[in-house]
Amino acid sequence: MSDLHDKTVTELAAALRARQVSSVELTQALLERVTRHQGALNAFITISAEGALLEAARADARLGANDAGPLTGVPMAHKDLFCTRGEKTTCGSRMLADFVSPYDATVVERLRAAGVVMLGKTNMDEFAMGSSNETSFFGPVKNPWDPARVPGGSSGGSAAAVAARLVPAATGTDTGGSIRQPAALCGVTGLKPTYGRVSRYGMVAFASSLDQAGLITRSAADAALLLGAIAGFDERDSTSVELPVPDYSAALEQPLKGLKIGVLKEFFDTGLDPAIEQHIRAALELLRSQGALIKDVSLPNLPLSVPTYYVVAPAECSSNLARFDGVRYGYRCKKPTDLLDLYLRSRGEGFGAEVKRRIMTGTYVLSAGYYDAFYLKAQRVRQLISNDFERAFHEVDVVIGPTTPTAAFELGAKTADPVTMYLNDIYTIGANLAGLPAISLPCGLTQGLPAALQIIGPHFGEERLLNVAHRYQLETDWHRRAPPGFA
Amino acid sequence: MQWETVIGLEIHAQLLTSSKIFSGSATAYGAPPNSQANLVDLAYPGVLPVLNAEAVRMAVKFGLAVNARVTRRSIFARKNYFYPDLPKGYQISQYELPIVSGGAVDVLLDDGSVKRIDITRAHLEEDAGKSLHEGLAGQTGVDLNRAGTPLIEIVSEPAMRSAKQAVAYLKKIHTLVRYLQICDGNMQEGSFRCDANVSVRPRGTEKLGTRAEIKNLNSFRFVEKAINYEVARQIELLEGGGRVVQETRLYDADRGETRSMRSKEEANDYRYFPDPDLLPVEIDQLYIDTVCASLPELPDQKAQRLRKDYDLSAYDAGVLTASAELADYFETVIEKAAAGFPATALSPKLAANTVIGELSGLLNRDGVEINDSRIAPAALAKLLVRVADNTISGKIAKEVLEAMWDEGKDADAIIEARGWRQITDESAIEAAIDAVIAANPSQLAQYRSGKDKLFGFFVGQVMKATQGKANPARLNELLKKKLGG
Repeated sequence: MSDLHDKTVTELAAALRARQVSSVELTQALLERVTRHQGALNAFITISAEGALLEAARADARLGANDAGPLTGVPMAHKDLFCTRGEKTTCGSRMLADFVSPYDATVVERLRAAGVVMLGKTNMDEFAMGSSNETSFFGPVKNPWDPARVPGGSSGGSAAAVAARLVPAATGTDTGGSIRQPAALCGVTGLKPTYGRVSRYGMVAFASSLDQAGLITRSAADAALLLGAIAGFDERDSTSVELPVPDYSAALEQPLKGLKIGVLKEFFDTGLDPAIEQHIRAALELLRSQGALIKDVSLPNLPLSVPTYYVVAPAECSSNLARFDGVRYGYRCKKPTDLLDLYLRSRGEGFGAEVKRRIMTGTYVLSAGYYDAFYLKAQRVRQLISNDFERAFHEVDVVIGPTTPTAAFELGAKTADPVTMYLNDIYTIGANLAGLPAISLPCGLTQGLPAALQIIGPHFGEERLLNVAHRYQLETDWHRRAPPGFA
Repeated sequence: MQWETVIGLEIHAQLLTSSKIFSGSATAYGAPPNSQANLVDLAYPGVLPVLNAEAVRMAVKFGLAVNARVTRRSIFARKNYFYPDLPKGYQISQYELPIVSGGAVDVLLDDGSVKRIDITRAHLEEDAGKSLHEGLAGQTGVDLNRAGTPLIEIVSEPAMRSAKQAVAYLKKIHTLVRYLQICDGNMQEGSFRCDANVSVRPRGTEKLGTRAEIKNLNSFRFVEKAINYEVARQIELLEGGGRVVQETRLYDADRGETRSMRSKEEANDYRYFPDPDLLPVEIDQLYIDTVCASLPELPDQKAQRLRKDYDLSAYDAGVLTASAELADYFETVIEKAAAGFPATALSPKLAANTVIGELSGLLNRDGVEINDSRIAPAALAKLLVRVADNTISGKIAKEVLEAMWDEGKDADAIIEARGWRQITDESAIEAAIDAVIAANPSQLAQYRSGKDKLFGFFVGQVMKATQGKANPARLNELLKKKLGG
């Protein structure tokens, strides 16, 4: 088979089962590609050549013994905050630069059990805090569409790797847009499931009430296939939800006739690049032509989502990251003089600037005298935003808007001003605060850079999201476009 | 000035679950360091807590036993601070919505009065690990076996007015948690311990004085001593024109004093917030009813029943029911006597006195728990029957009891072997009396001339002659007759 790297998960799975290609051949081909582009893109933190080939051989044995599932032998990469037994899990941080987890995250475990081959661990913003992948201790990832530009973040390595056809799919995590925003900037499909749909066990926590594992793929159909493998209740995560997992692939083809789409008024306010708006409007037109009904909806509290998020997320992060204290694992400073020195220097040297900024912010908003004014108020606004969405979903089935206000920006363009960087997540944060599923998919190119459409659904509405995205992708080829030089 | 002491206690009781509150690790005491700490207890990256339902059930049991409100929707919160024995950098506890709020217990005071102590709240939380210093050459070791052990923290109102009251309350809670089988009450191993908030104020005033918190008291004696020391310290300070500083203090048992640990200014801001990893604990009426139905007879109910059924004093009933095992032992003795010797009426008062007095003395002497008593209830029943049927006197019974304890033999065997059977045969007693009178003519003369006190002398002499075996009532009767001439 040729052009293995350009095939989707669905296509590769079929080819593997038909024995047109072996998992070892496929793995070798992709490993070669991963290694070749590592210097230019820096998409990976760890390349697991040895482990991947072993897993591929095992997958081939299963395929030969007719013991294979739909994903057996398919190569993937994991964002480097999913704990993987036997490979480093760094979270893009000096703090965990040499940390090897003794256990697999539930997502990793489920994919391993399905026979997925792990090619490596992808680069990311440190502890998932960032929107450009520039906060990684292991250096920034470059956008395959233009190496002078950022891939987005925090799952920037996963998005770049999928866009550059290094892997057909990768896991990601999304706390405020960390799957959808890099997927948008890299021109690939990014799915953040409903909070509680996928177990968080083994995902290194950033903001526990917002974190959700998801997927970066080249099509909605692939996301549907993979979601079926990772979703479902996990007794090790109390916030995972005990609901049956539907066959996401089965619902993909459903016609859109009668589908009610809400267009988020607040998403088209000032700040949105007119070229991106044009692409979104065109996409809406296409969906209308498929029988969907389009109407405007308003979420009046949505503009408060960025400040709300930047209280809630740092608060949780300040507590979640307290375990990195230099005592049991991870980075420890040289020659500590006493306990306080051990804490101060291990954390001071082990964490980067953005992580420290958020820990400081979070500590502040939880402090006596500020808790009510910041944390409690943010929680109340969060509830209002949630209510806004709920009201909207009484009227429409899904809401649609852009994923990002602009296309990929240049490396270094926003690093000087954290607030400008934070505003890049203005359209994605709402879904996290409300715990809703959302998907980003490419819907055009503006000056050679991908533009993206975001579809948000009600809780556990993944089937509908994937269905709309798939129908759109049946009519368009944006998702098939590879960055120049990576076809 | 007259000062009034005000004390509130925060009691930490380790719950008797077999696994930890948020992980599957075992909770057994005394295992090699860190052998009972899994990835969750070690706070590895990515792990999550899962609530142990048994811990919730135990907390609800406690709440129902003290007539408290069980919160229908309680919340776990994170208490954030850095310490090496706290792996996550926060303790999971409950803050704004504890599982139990309100409630009270009645405490019997030394003067026989009953004082009601109100409970503010009881909440679930995890214990921390332990720092180890011994034998580590200047380094500190951390043992996380205890990290994540479930606790309920029981917070009282500032309702106690003396160290003795505080101890009485602490003992009451201690009794209660053991009745409920939610805590083993072992203070030495730290599974039951308390912090005391102590302040003083001019008698007759309302406003509470500034308090000091004495941490980690792990024996009833230390609680009493630490509070008394602290009260005296505060009074001396105030009377000398100083002021009490709000601070945390430690009790040094070796020196018998409390020492400052940290002041409020240095105290941590714990930055409590709801733990996003755990869902609210939702409890419905059916659950509460089920737990309620599983409650055993509680100490107060048991004491009341013992008083009624056996005509015991409030004090005796109180002492017997201080532990369910002791009360059970007492009741088994009565039962065994009634079953084995239906013809003899055993005095429950004698049984109670023996259990509370001599038997408890032997248990304490040898450090044995009542359940491991070397004298089984049936054996004690037999001994007491021998008193009731006049085979031996009450005085001899005490010696038989000790012999039973030391030799592990049956009461009858000891009585027979030592010839302790009481002499009730009148002619034998008369013969002994005659011999004593004959041997002491001058005492006889004095007695007859009005020195009544010498009666005791003659009793003693006859008892000596009969090796204490003469039936005391019979002896008195006959001696009076003979001495009277």
